[in-house]
Amino acid sequence: MKKIMTIAAVIVAAGFVTSAAAQELTGTLKKVKETGSFTVGYRESSIPFSYLDDKQQPIGYAMELCMRVVDAVKADLKMPGLKVNLQPVTSSNRIPLLQNGTIDMECGSTTNSVQRQQQVSFGPTYFVINVTAAVKKNSGINTFADLNGKTVSTTSGTTSVPLIKAYEKTKDVAVKEIYGKDHAESFLLLADDRASAFIMDDILLAGQIANSKDPAAYKILPESLRQEPYSMMLRKDDPQFKALVDKTVGAIMKSGEIDKIYAKWFTSPIPPKGINMNFPMTPPIREAFKNPNDKGVQ
Amino acid sequence: MNFGIFLEQIPDEGIAWWQNLASGLGWTLGTAFFAWILAFTLGSIIGVVRTTDKRWLVRLGDAYVELFRNIPLIVQFFIWYFVVPNVIPAVKAWVIAADPTDFQFLTAIVCLGLFTSARIAEQVRSGIQSLSQGQRNAGYAIGLTQTQTYRYVLLPMAYRIIIPPLTSEVMNLIKNTAVAYSIGLVELFFRTREMAEMTFRYFEVFAAATLIYMLIAFSANRVMAFIERRVAVPGYIGGGK
Repeated sequence: MKKIMTIAAVIVAAGFVTSAAAQELTGTLKKVKETGSFTVGYRESSIPFSYLDDKQQPIGYAMELCMRVVDAVKADLKMPGLKVNLQPVTSSNRIPLLQNGTIDMECGSTTNSVQRQQQVSFGPTYFVINVTAAVKKNSGINTFADLNGKTVSTTSGTTSVPLIKAYEKTKDVAVKEIYGKDHAESFLLLADDRASAFIMDDILLAGQIANSKDPAAYKILPESLRQEPYSMMLRKDDPQFKALVDKTVGAIMKSGEIDKIYAKWFTSPIPPKGINMNFPMTPPIREAFKNPNDKGVQ
Repeated sequence: MNFGIFLEQIPDEGIAWWQNLASGLGWTLGTAFFAWILAFTLGSIIGVVRTTDKRWLVRLGDAYVELFRNIPLIVQFFIWYFVVPNVIPAVKAWVIAADPTDFQFLTAIVCLGLFTSARIAEQVRSGIQSLSQGQRNAGYAIGLTQTQTYRYVLLPMAYRIIIPPLTSEVMNLIKNTAVAYSIGLVELFFRTREMAEMTFRYFEVFAAATLIYMLIAFSANRVMAFIERRVAVPGYIGGGK
C-alpha cells in the first residue's frame, strides 16, 4: 500500500512539473516547438491570395503575409531552422484540417464570419470583398434580377451558396444552381455557357477572368449580395498564437508596408502569366488596414 | 455531440437537414440503380464477347476493359462532364439546352455504368472460363449453335458462379456514386459535405452518412445473398448452405 502511495505521489508530482512547463507555451506554439514543424494550408486557385505558380509553388498576397507570420514564429521560438510544410486545402476541408491539426494556419480567401468564429479564430482582416456575379458581356445580363430563370454556377462549400438562396427568397427570383468543386471548375461552367453567371467574391471572379482565354468577354456585376472580410484562419482558443499573428500582421498594416504588398499583388502583373488584377484598394479595405481588426460578418 | 441538428431547419430553405440528406439519398439510389442496369447489360455482352472464338472481338473486349479499368473514376467523371461536351459540338449544343441537373444525373449514370461494366465483363469472362471445356463441347455435340450453347449451357452456370463477386460490384457501385459529387450532382455525399460546411458539425454529419452508406450497401448484399440461395443448383458450387 505504501509503495502504491509513493508511486501515486510521484505521478502527481510529475504531472505538476509537466503542467508548469506547459504554461510557458500553449496551443499552436507549443505544438510547433514540440514537433519542430509548422504547416501552412494554402489554396491552389485563389488568385492572387494563394495559388500555385508555374513551379507548383504556392504564392500570393495571403501567402506573403502568412510567411511573415512564419518568420515571427521562428523568431519567437528561437527556431531559425523550423521546418515549414505547405499543405493544399479546399473550401470544404480547410476547417476540419485546421481543427485536427493537419495545418496550423490557413492562408487563402476565407471569409471571417461570426458563424465560423464558433469553430475557428481569425487574424486581422486583410481584404474586404463583395459577393457578386461574373457574366459574359454578350449575355445581356446587367443585374441580379436578370438572372431569373437562368442557371448560375458557384463553388460548393462557400458562403455564396446560402447567400444565393437567401436572395432568391427575398427578391422572388428563381435561379438554378450548379456547383463546381473549385473556383476554376465553376468558372469553366460559365466559360462553356453551361451557366449564365458565376456567383462568388468579386476579387476571385476578377482573378478567374484575368486568367481566362478571353478576359474582355466577361464583366462583373456592380451589385453586391454582401460585403465580407477575408483573413487567415487560426485554431480557436489559442490566445498565444493569435496574439503573435495580430501583432505581426497589425505592424505591417500600421507601418504602411501593406501598401507596397497590396500594390504588388493587386495592381501589378503577377506570376505565372504576368496578368494584372487591376483591383485598386477600396475604401473598406483601406479602413481595415487603418484599424486592424478581426470582426466577422454576420 | 448532438444529433438533434438533423431536425433543425436549414436557413432560407424551409426544410430540415434530414430532408436534405434524404433527397441526396434519392439521387444516390437512382444513380446506382440505372448505372447497375447499364453496367450489367454492357458487362455481360462484353464478357461473353471476350470468350468467343472471334479473335478481333476478343481483342476489342479486352481493350474496352483495360480502358475503363485503368483510368481513375474521378478522372472519368471529369472527362464525361467537362471534356466530352467540349470536343463533340452536338453534345455541347444539347448540354446547353438540357436541364443542368438532368445532365449531371445522366453523366453520373453513364460514367459509373461504363466503369462498372468493365469490371463485370472481367467477372463474366472468368466465370465462363472457369467452366470446363467439356461443357462447351457437349453443347456443340448435341447440335446447339454457339449462341444456344451460351444461352442454355454456359451462361446459366457462369452467372451462378460469379454471384459473390457481382455482390461486391453492386456494393462498390453504390459507394462509388459518392464520386459524382465532383461534378456537382447533389447526391448523398454532396449533401453531407454541404451540411458539414454550413453547420460545422462534421462528426454528426459524417457519422450519419457513414451509417446510411453502410445500410444501403449491406441491404444490397442481403438481396444478392437471397438471389444466390434462390437460384442455387443443389450440390453445385455456390449452392451450399
